Amino acid sequence: MKNQENTDFEVRSLDAICINESHLTHKWYHNLKYLVVGVLFGIVFVKSEVVSWFRIQEMFRLQSFHMYGIIGSAIVVGMASIWLIKKFNIKTIYGESIEFHDKTFNKGQIYGGLLFGLGWAVTGACPGPLFAQIGTGATVIVVTLLSAIAGTWVYGLLRDKLPH
Amino acid sequence: MLDFLKQPWPWYIAGPLIGLTVPALLILGNKSFGISSSLRHICAACLPANIPFFKYDWKKEAWNLFFVFGILLGGAIAIHFLSNPNPIEVNPKLATELAAYGITDYNNLIPQDIMNWPALLTLKGFLLMVVGGFLVGFGTRYAGGCTSGHAIMGLSNLQWPSLVATICFMIGGFIMANLILPHILAL
Repeated sequence: MKNQENTDFEVRSLDAICINESHLTHKWYHNLKYLVVGVLFGIVFVKSEVVSWFRIQEMFRLQSFHMYGIIGSAIVVGMASIWLIKKFNIKTIYGESIEFHDKTFNKGQIYGGLLFGLGWAVTGACPGPLFAQIGTGATVIVVTLLSAIAGTWVYGLLRDKLPH
Repeated sequence: MLDFLKQPWPWYIAGPLIGLTVPALLILGNKSFGISSSLRHICAACLPANIPFFKYDWKKEAWNLFFVFGILLGGAIAIHFLSNPNPIEVNPKLATELAAYGITDYNNLIPQDIMNWPALLTLKGFLLMVVGGFLVGFGTRYAGGCTSGHAIMGLSNLQWPSLVATICFMIGGFIMANLILPHILAL
């Protein structure tokens, strides 16, 4: 492994995902199961109108309980699941122990969080809904997605100069 | 049954189903729920440009790209087979406010009156779609996660930095929706 790998772990530990990886190597088609989870997730996204610009506007104007109910109940179910996984030491389908990694605080969570919040209310979408909206035939959202990828790229470029 | 599925799903059905994604991904292969990282993997795969942040083995994270592609397909399936024939019902106060900006079409999940291809060439459309998208991509990566990675996965795992991030998402959203967006929509 090159030296780069080590610094990379530092970079990656700031992320929501990436460090929590399976230590087993699988053929590519094992990834299809995540595609299936994604499909189900996308259907729920559209049918609950989470991906609707209008629902996001209601949420940020406190005009509807809908989004708060969804995010709140999702957290409760997620919390209970993680508690059960830890309590009963539930393994993956490959028999591996499930690992959790603590997130470390940095100022990016404040500055980046505020910037993302601004973008969320304008576009009416966080990254997941962007994909679902394109799937529903809103082709112009491809531009929003490309712009979001550009935003991520510019962050990567400027990362060392930004306060963390 | 199909008629029931075609209705908009209430929060107490959709929320728990979204929450179940957390254990599903963990049990299927030790994956932490998170979507915004897919944008980073796309950068790493397509244009790493020797930037350290994008120099990693993105192929190991390919599951995340399968997952987001699944979300796109799920959106297509939902709209073609389970589509709600009626326009989205919103709070009348919001409808009144939006009507003043010429937004009256509720047949799509996005407001077609202001988000369409020709509108990209206007200042309003540019701010809504291009600048908005940029903020989403830049902000989520700067924060280290989005609504899924921080608000759902992070809070489920009782991570206080995720609580900080989630509160900041909401503050940013409230500021935009109530103080800045009205000026953009009025353009």
